[in-house]
Amino acid sequence: MASRVLEFDNTIEDPRQRAPLVLGGRDFTAVTDMVCAVAEAPRPPLAWYIAFTISAVLLVVLAAMVLYLVFTGVGVWGLNNPVGWGFDITNFVFWVGIGHAGTLISAILFLFRQKWRTSINRFSEAMTIFAVLCAALFPGIHVGRIWVTYWLAPLPNQMAMWPNFRSPLLWDVFAVGTYFIVSLLFWYIGMLPDLATFRDRAGTRARKIIYGLLALGWCGSSRHWHRFERAYLILAALATPLVLSVHSVVSFDFAVSQLPGWHTTIFPPYFVAGAIFGGFAMVMTLAVPARQLFGLKDLITRRHLENMAKIMLATGSMVGYAYLMEFFVAWYSGNSIEFFAFKSRALGPYAWAYWVMIVCNVVAPQLFWFKRMRTTVWATFAIAMAINIGMWFERFVIIVTSLSSDFLPSSWDIFIPTWVDLLTLAGSFGLFFTLFLLFCRYLPIVAMAEVKTVMPQARGTRHHGFDYNPDEFDEVAPT
Amino acid sequence: MSELTLAAKKRHVTPAAAAGRELYGLLVEFDDVEALKAAARRVREGGYQRWDAHSPFPVHGMDEAMGIRHTRLPWVVFFFGLLGCAAGVLLQWHTNAMDPQQFKFIPTFLQGFDFRISGKPLWSFPANIPVIFEMTVLLAALAAVIGMLAMNGLPRWHHALFGHPRFQRVTTDRFFICVEARDPKFHETRTSELLATLGGSEVERVYWPQRSPPPAWGRITGLIVLCLALFPPLWAYKMNVSLKAQPRIHIIQDMDNQEKYKAQQKNVAFADSRAMRPAIPGTIAREDAWALGTDPHFYEGRVGNAWAASFPPQIEITESLLRRGQRQFNIYCAVCHGLDGSGNGIVAKRAREKTQITSGWVPPTSLHDQTVRDRPVGHLFNTITNGIRTMPPYGDQLSVADRWAIVAYIRALERSQNARLEDVPPEVRSELR
Repeated sequence: MASRVLEFDNTIEDPRQRAPLVLGGRDFTAVTDMVCAVAEAPRPPLAWYIAFTISAVLLVVLAAMVLYLVFTGVGVWGLNNPVGWGFDITNFVFWVGIGHAGTLISAILFLFRQKWRTSINRFSEAMTIFAVLCAALFPGIHVGRIWVTYWLAPLPNQMAMWPNFRSPLLWDVFAVGTYFIVSLLFWYIGMLPDLATFRDRAGTRARKIIYGLLALGWCGSSRHWHRFERAYLILAALATPLVLSVHSVVSFDFAVSQLPGWHTTIFPPYFVAGAIFGGFAMVMTLAVPARQLFGLKDLITRRHLENMAKIMLATGSMVGYAYLMEFFVAWYSGNSIEFFAFKSRALGPYAWAYWVMIVCNVVAPQLFWFKRMRTTVWATFAIAMAINIGMWFERFVIIVTSLSSDFLPSSWDIFIPTWVDLLTLAGSFGLFFTLFLLFCRYLPIVAMAEVKTVMPQARGTRHHGFDYNPDEFDEVAPT
Repeated sequence: MSELTLAAKKRHVTPAAAAGRELYGLLVEFDDVEALKAAARRVREGGYQRWDAHSPFPVHGMDEAMGIRHTRLPWVVFFFGLLGCAAGVLLQWHTNAMDPQQFKFIPTFLQGFDFRISGKPLWSFPANIPVIFEMTVLLAALAAVIGMLAMNGLPRWHHALFGHPRFQRVTTDRFFICVEARDPKFHETRTSELLATLGGSEVERVYWPQRSPPPAWGRITGLIVLCLALFPPLWAYKMNVSLKAQPRIHIIQDMDNQEKYKAQQKNVAFADSRAMRPAIPGTIAREDAWALGTDPHFYEGRVGNAWAASFPPQIEITESLLRRGQRQFNIYCAVCHGLDGSGNGIVAKRAREKTQITSGWVPPTSLHDQTVRDRPVGHLFNTITNGIRTMPPYGDQLSVADRWAIVAYIRALERSQNARLEDVPPEVRSELR
């Protein structure tokens, strides 16, 4: 109780000045110490070990399931005719969608000059990389003969055989591949100054060599910073249409087909909004334990969580609106088959999944209208978990219900996941969290250099409030 | 302990040796951003060019203070973005919309192809946009990153300033200005005096690091590793070009080696050890009579070396034969030759309408041409069996007897278009008037 009274509440809106983003009256040294302590502590907290053990076990489970799949065949999954896509593509779209929040925080919030992004952008970009890795696994293993997946790429061969560029499945290859490479570059380049910090503070020779190699010799030169900032801005500007296009291309996997429930033009914006929505929920899921365990509460403050909650509210409302519009247009079209597809989602054999989705995606984020819910840490975590579940079920509902009741009633069939399906899904979380925990321990978890730029000390000793919109042409009075 | 000794200790050299090293530049340390910017302005006004300010984060306003011009990186990115766009267009056009026959000079493994899907256009921009867009973004992003690193001269793992003990705080919370000795206006005393007045720490000297050559054990190990690294590619090449008695290792079996008996293989389950069993006694292949040549008149329409001029003895010209011939003619032949045999069947009519394919279209001969009327029946039979010019063979679709029936019907058709009124039976003559 006493600590709550003393803790500075930066979620209070004061029109006279902007809320501080770094609490505790800290200076650059303190911020650096706080972030580096996560990686430099002789031993990570016990909770890290526990979480890592669980994730590693799940990772082994994933490897076992994938090997079993490859050696036995796709029949170990519950797929049938007509449900040719089940958990595999659901998981793929789920993980790709999660990745989009990281790029949004890094790139789009940067373009909008949202300074609060600096505390969360590093680990959310890392989340993007690991989520895209998990996503890329599924199209690879679901093809049946994964030893010939190189055919996805336009490789020269003696048969003049090339992939079909009209297929959205191939657009996926290019879109997700480009997204992975650009995200990786953006993340690594952004990390250079912080890797240099690790290098300069390294205690052992091994750490100095490794971080020194990774930091590429960064020395904080202003001339370098100039080009660095330009490159960062350009990457942000490139990543913004990229993130919008990637999930649109993923949605084309469905929208370009003829299946009722899939063949609708609402999919690209609907999927992108849903991706951002689900991705922020995962960022929240990671941020809340991370700030607690690693002692970063003064960097990832309740204001940051509140801002993320507001974005979740906005995108959740968009997703809810999209659900409503889909249903309305299906009815308004007068196409009884289209309308049936949507009615059967709500009332048919998968109604339980549909209503889980509605409660988690439409009802739960609406709680964020209340400031109390937005600023209570455990509440934001709980709602974020609900949204994670809801977003997985959204993809499940879209894919499986549409496929299970396709064109001819004589073709309809129910999809029931097998134990391999379920363990593969669980195992993918193992891959994700293993990589993320390793990242927390060995790489800079917060973008220290960027956080320093939003601290008041970075603008000089003249405290004329917080200049929220730095402009290159600001008048800088010589001292 | 003097700075010199400290620096010497850091680099594991004796102070005396340190004193003999070449000066890299002079370094001043600052506590805060304002002091750094003011100092930077002063150094710039001093006319120095080879100098830099170092900070743990990009300082707002530093570009103006130092006089840093806008970088050309955005132009590089733009150029590579356009290149990526062109690459996306070319890739898709080459692999999906190119007629390989037009570009025969391209080697086989790089040949393009034209995807004909339901008559859709070979190149349709909306379908090709996603990949074009992704290629543009990819090349532009790669250019931004690689361009930025290259323009900054990174990676540069060895920097004179890294040897300086205090400089390690540049990535945490300290700010520095360093003027290089290579600057044209550098003068050890005057520059030092200017730096001392900037409001930072005392001026420090930074020396070029002495790069000692790698130790002997390092070089030998490196050489050994390099030699060992050559083994795999050389071995792979040898395996590729050499001949072996054993078959290659085949990991993905893919139903490539099937446990079934093929023709000419041995099978000890049978008394004669053959996998292939002889035909059951009394089996007659379809082509036997033709192959053995027992009845060329009936089976081939040939008598000796000439086409048969008369029907074979097995064929008796009756009304039922002609009706059969009419039925089969209307089914198989009338589509091109027309119901009356004059060559205006629906296929021929459509071909005439479709001007694109008249270049390869040979119209069906009218069966009433004198040429056809003069041909012996055996020739007609052979035409039906084996085809002629662009007419396909119908020998697989019609039995031998049916073909003779059609020939008989053709003769009847020809007669019908080249007859006089006297040839018509009297009772039917009135209908024609």
